[in-house]
This record gives sequence, C-alpha cells and structure tokens, in this order.
Amino acid sequence: MTDNNTRRMTYLDALGLAQREELEGRDDTIIIGEDISLYAAGGAYGDTPANRIRSAPISECGFAGMAVGAAITGLRPIVDLTIANFIYLAADPIINQAARLRYMTGGQFKVPVTYRASMWHGQANAAQHSDRPYPMFMNIPGLKVVCPATPEDAKGLLKAAIRDDDPVIVFEDNDLWGKKGDVPLDTEFVVPIGKAKTHREGTDVSIISVSGCLRHALKAAEDLARDGISADVVDLRTLLPLDNEAILGTLAKTGRVVIVDPAHRTMGAAAEIAAIIVEDGFDMLKKPVKRVVTPDVPIPFSPPMEAPLYPNPSKIAAAVRELM
Amino acid sequence: MQNNLGSEAYFRMLKIRGFEQAVTQLVTEGEVPGAVHTSIGQEAAIVGACMALNRDDYISGTHRSHGHPIGKGAELAPLMAEILGKVTGVCKGRGGSMHFTDTSVGSIGESAIVGGGIPIATGAALTAQVKGTGQVALTFFGDGASNEGVLAECLNMAAVWKLPIIFFCENNGYAAVTPAAISHGQPDVAKRGEGYGVPGIIVDGQDFGAVYAATQEAVARARRGDGPTLIEAKTYRFDEHCVGLFIKGGYRSAEEVNHFRNERDPVTLFRNKLIADGMTDGDLVEIEGRVASLIEAAVAFAKDSAFPEPEEAFELVHASPIPIRR
Repeated sequence: MTDNNTRRMTYLDALGLAQREELEGRDDTIIIGEDISLYAAGGAYGDTPANRIRSAPISECGFAGMAVGAAITGLRPIVDLTIANFIYLAADPIINQAARLRYMTGGQFKVPVTYRASMWHGQANAAQHSDRPYPMFMNIPGLKVVCPATPEDAKGLLKAAIRDDDPVIVFEDNDLWGKKGDVPLDTEFVVPIGKAKTHREGTDVSIISVSGCLRHALKAAEDLARDGISADVVDLRTLLPLDNEAILGTLAKTGRVVIVDPAHRTMGAAAEIAAIIVEDGFDMLKKPVKRVVTPDVPIPFSPPMEAPLYPNPSKIAAAVRELM
Repeated sequence: MQNNLGSEAYFRMLKIRGFEQAVTQLVTEGEVPGAVHTSIGQEAAIVGACMALNRDDYISGTHRSHGHPIGKGAELAPLMAEILGKVTGVCKGRGGSMHFTDTSVGSIGESAIVGGGIPIATGAALTAQVKGTGQVALTFFGDGASNEGVLAECLNMAAVWKLPIIFFCENNGYAAVTPAAISHGQPDVAKRGEGYGVPGIIVDGQDFGAVYAATQEAVARARRGDGPTLIEAKTYRFDEHCVGLFIKGGYRSAEEVNHFRNERDPVTLFRNKLIADGMTDGDLVEIEGRVASLIEAAVAFAKDSAFPEPEEAFELVHASPIPIRR
C-alpha cells in the first residue's frame, strides 16, 4: 500500500535516497569511496557540491582513516566501502582510530563517521566477496553496527547513522538490493539505532532474525502457521548495541527461541544473542536455544555448494519444529 | 634570525628537552605506568615544523608523542599528569604517554599505531579544504612509518586532491631497534614523494633554521592551494627507543650516539646560533630558568593530582551514549 507519505521503492533506492537527503540537506556531510564519480554522473547525489563528493583511489585504509580525521575536525563523512570484504583493508582506522579516539582523548572529539559495507553473498562471488563480517565489529567498544533488513529500515538506519555523533557501520544485505517496500518520504524520518522491530506477533516460538534473514523468517512463520505454530518474528536491526529488552521480551512471550543469523556459527551474532538469553532469561526457556546460521566453511564459488550453506525458510521451520 | 622568533623557538625546544628529562626521572622513580618514548635529540625538527604553523593548524603524530604538542605550544601540566595516569591529564587518563592530544593547540592525536596519524591529518586537511578555512595539517611520522602502505595511499590522495598537508618525516635512522639501512631500499624517504607527485625536501633535522624555512615554504604552498609537500628531517634519537629499554648486543654504536650527543645536539647548536646572532647569555639563561620552573610546576601538578575513579572507565565511550554492557 502506498500513500502520499510513502513511496514503493527498492532497498538500494532507499539507501540512495537516505544518502542524497543527508548530502543535500546539510553542508557538513561528504561522501568518499571508489567509483563515486560514476554514481555522481548518474545523479545519485543531486545538487551536492562537487567538493563534497570524493571519488577515491583504491586505498581503503587511507580513505577510511582520512574520514576519521575529517570527522574529528568537523565533517560528517559517509565512506562507501562497497563490498563488505573490503572493510578488512580499512579495519585499522575503523577499529584503532574511529572507535577509540573519543575515549582515548578524554572526550575531546566526537567521531561522526558512517561506513557502508554491502554484504554480497549467495551470488557465486566466492570467499573473498561473500562475507558477513558484522560479528567482528560487535566486539569493538566505541562502534555502532546496524543491519537493515527492509527498504524502510535501510533509509531510516542509514540516515540515523549519518546523523549519529559516533562511528556507525551500516552492513547492507546485497541480496535485498532489488527487493521493494514502502519507504517514508519525510526527510526527517529516521529509525533509532538500538531498537529491534517485531514483524509478526506469535505465542509459541520466537524467531530472532539478523539482516536479510528476516524474509526467510517471515516465510517460515507463514508455513508454520499453517501447521498451527504461532511464531513471533523479531528483526534486531541494530547489532551494536543489541536490544536486550526486545530479545528477552520475545522470549517471555514464547519460551522458545530460534536465532537466524547469516554469519558463521562460531562467534556469530547469534552466539551473543544466545548468551544473553541463557544468562538473563534462562528461567523463561522451555527448550534449548537453536541457531540457524552459516556453517564454518569459506564460501565456495560453485552455486550447488554455496546455496545450501545459508539460512533459508525450510531450515528455520525445521529448527522450530524441533523445539515444539 | 629575529630575536623573538629565536627565543620562542629556544623556549619550546628547551620545554621538550626538560619535559623528557623529567619524565625519564619519573620513570626511574617508578611513578610512570606503561611505556614512555622520548624525543631528546629531535627537538629542532619538531619545533622547526611547529613554529611554521598557526595555533589552529592541525598536527598528528606518533608514539614518540610528547614533543609534538609541546612544540605546538601546549600547556605542560596536563601533559605530565596524563603520563602519570591522573584525572587532570589532557586525555583524562585514557591515553597516556603515547597518545597525547590537545585540541586547544590543534593537536588532533598522536597514535601508537605506526603510521596511524597520517590519514588522520590528511582527513583534517580535507576538512580545511572543504570548509575553506585556510588551515593546514602537518603529520609527524618516523622512518619506520614510511614503510607503512597507508603513507603511500595518503601521499597519492593528497596529491590528487591538492590537500593542504605537510608530510613530515622525522628520520632518526631507527624503527625501534631496526636500522633504516636494512629496511629501506634507498636512504631518502623524501624521494618517495616524487612518485606520487608530491615534492620531497630533505633538511638537516638538527638545524632549527633549516627545518623552519623548509616547513614555512611547504605551509605557504599548502595555503595557496598547491597541495602537499613531503619533508624529511634527518635527525637522531639520543636515548633508547623507550625509557628503560636495554638492548643486549647493541644495534647502534656508542661512538655514533656520542657523536650526535656531543657534536649534533640541536639544543646546543641552536643556543650557539642565537649567541652568534646577538642574543646574550643572560637572555638565554632567563629562558632556561623559566623552562625549569614550568617543568617543576608540571611535575608537582601531576604528582599532586588524583587518579581517576575506576567507574570513570565507563564514561566518554560514545558521544551519543548507548547502554554499556559490563
């Protein structure tokens, strides 16, 4: 449904709209990244002045670090790292500088920088282009980490990240780029960082979802409903900080939890969510926590090997049935 | 040289020397937590660079952190308190010796990640350019950091975007205890600029006047919008890589160290120059006395200050706070 205040658009267009609004509507934002000149030529940044659109050489560590220097001196940089694996080349300035400079300087700085990283996976790009690296950054105090799963949240969380006075990494799910949804057109619309969203109310089992797994969780919930199983589906949206209240709230409703996380099993986001449930909600659990995640193997190139590795609706439904 | 410039430069060089000597003494007294790296021997390079900058120009630096903000004009007492981990420290006890930052004089961060300050200053130069403030940035780094890839990345981007920045290498010949001779394909860091379209200048880092003149020219070029300059100051670290470090077997000869201490001390060389230029011994003794009092006061302030409460570890993590999980 579309009304005058929303428009149906793709996840990618929602990200583009957020970025354009924050570039055109302020004079302290700047975008830095590879191939930016191409997008600028296509009109992606509207009438943003050219000196705030920086098409960078392939120097991820350098420009990710420059963005920190720019952020602490009065700009609000958006760094487009494109494919999420490239964030490893920029990890030093993000971790050692962006996340810590405010703290290490006794509060002399704020560090309002946004890093965009798109998680390409499920598209036969092999292990160097298919990572979902957000768990590593959840272990870095000083950062904030968001993973929008819908076009509306893509717009609202990217805008919130750009406006936030701390470093935020926006991990986008590239699988969602073409998916459509209704997106608020209000230029002041933001989705608060740190707040989960319940997408479906249920009473028998909680499906707690991370990133693009939301659509699989909702499909599984639909299938389970036909068998009389009522699933509560929660999308965390932000991974640092985690919304503990929402995690324990859905647990209180159902007593059974399946966590769906496209990261690898060992030390994935699901591991921390499970720990919160066990530490703070053990008495509410009727059954052990289950995780539907990606196994601990590098992502292979060949599609018949790759596709079965990720969470999907049938794996989620099967995990739920084991708890019933 | 004008007397007021000379006396200010001498004042700043002596402040660095005196500060470092006092810190070294505090280490031997067991007052200093963590590692400490001193800049004794490198004062002319630091002050020559800083004196060519305005107070609101930006500097970033290295784990050998103390001299840079002092050279830029920072108050000594909050720096000394930081070294002792006190709540009155310039970074409220969260940074320590390797991470001095004093934004009141444009010091936007020393970094214990070798080369880490280079993109930070390059980004500050980007801000100055985008906002049209007329400020410039200068990043201090060592011969060790010159082998980090991020220097190449930033030289190139600064050249492409004509950023108002000076890449200032304090080449003291040793990356910790590894001689440049076994880690550089050729001895001159400055020559690496040309490959990126950045002019490279070599100066005698023990000669305040030479460093000051070269940096002034680079600053003027940056302010004109003509882009970055790479300056390499050939200098020497008189003391060990860090205070208290003893390397068995030795990585540099006593003769070499003694040569620099006796013949190439930048403070002594500059004092002689000021006398030759007409300042009196009395003028200089007055400055020396003033510095001694400042150092004494800084040490007393640091010692008298309180430590932070353990709970303060949970403050200042974010500008827009989120719940801290314990």
